Amino acid sequence: MSSLQTPLRKVEGLGVSHSGTGHFWRQRITAVALVPLGLWFTYAILGLVGTNEVAILSFLAHPWNALLMAAFAATMLYHMSLGLQTVVDDYIHGTGMKIFCLLLIRFVMIATTVTCIFALIRIAAST
Amino acid sequence: MADHPQRPGHERPLSPHLSIYRWQVTMLASITHRATGIALAVGTLVLAWWLVSVSNGPEGYESFMSVATTPIGLVTLFGFAWSLSFHMLNGIRHLAWDMGYGFNKVTATQTGSLVYVLSLVFAVGVFAFVWTGHAGYLQ
Repeated sequence: MSSLQTPLRKVEGLGVSHSGTGHFWRQRITAVALVPLGLWFTYAILGLVGTNEVAILSFLAHPWNALLMAAFAATMLYHMSLGLQTVVDDYIHGTGMKIFCLLLIRFVMIATTVTCIFALIRIAAST
Repeated sequence: MADHPQRPGHERPLSPHLSIYRWQVTMLASITHRATGIALAVGTLVLAWWLVSVSNGPEGYESFMSVATTPIGLVTLFGFAWSLSFHMLNGIRHLAWDMGYGFNKVTATQTGSLVYVLSLVFAVGVFAFVWTGHAGYLQ
């Protein structure tokens, strides 16, 4: 049977959807990473509840803790953008509105990630 | 040709939607997974707010704590704790499915109920841990 796909499309395994299994796979990889990172986050938050600001500053200023908090925030925000994209794909049908929502999700994701990492750098620099 | 289905303006039949199905644990868990995911998206903004408030020094941190410790703040934090527990436990259930485990009808229903019970136990456990004075060990 003849195919209407170009050889390049065939090789990439992509059709009219413009994308393949990349979204699905990235969602799974970030999900797996978020299990240990989420458990570490719970350990960190519970350890800091009821302490004072000095204790929180010195905890977050420690390189390993800053690194893990940045990894947790960045991974969770990326996982969030993939998940919210699925919600938009499912419920928003107008092309213009869909593009607007997807752009908004990505901008909020990147802005929040940058904000978290900048705050962590400020904390590390202040102590 | 009084009632031709193709006539312009004629309402086409819709496929059965949520309201027509009998509620089951598996479908409820799927809906809850999405709802907790959306709730946790808001949670990422609160995490960013917390980090920025800490980086702003004592006054900034006080302003965060004055909101977080209000009754509404505490209920919201409990909501995040339960959402994170549920989304993580049900996420592990999803990852097991992706590897081909637990797709049996009985197993899927049982693990669905288990996720609800365990997520509530974890969320209540976390708050009980704090209220009994066990938290704050990183001082």
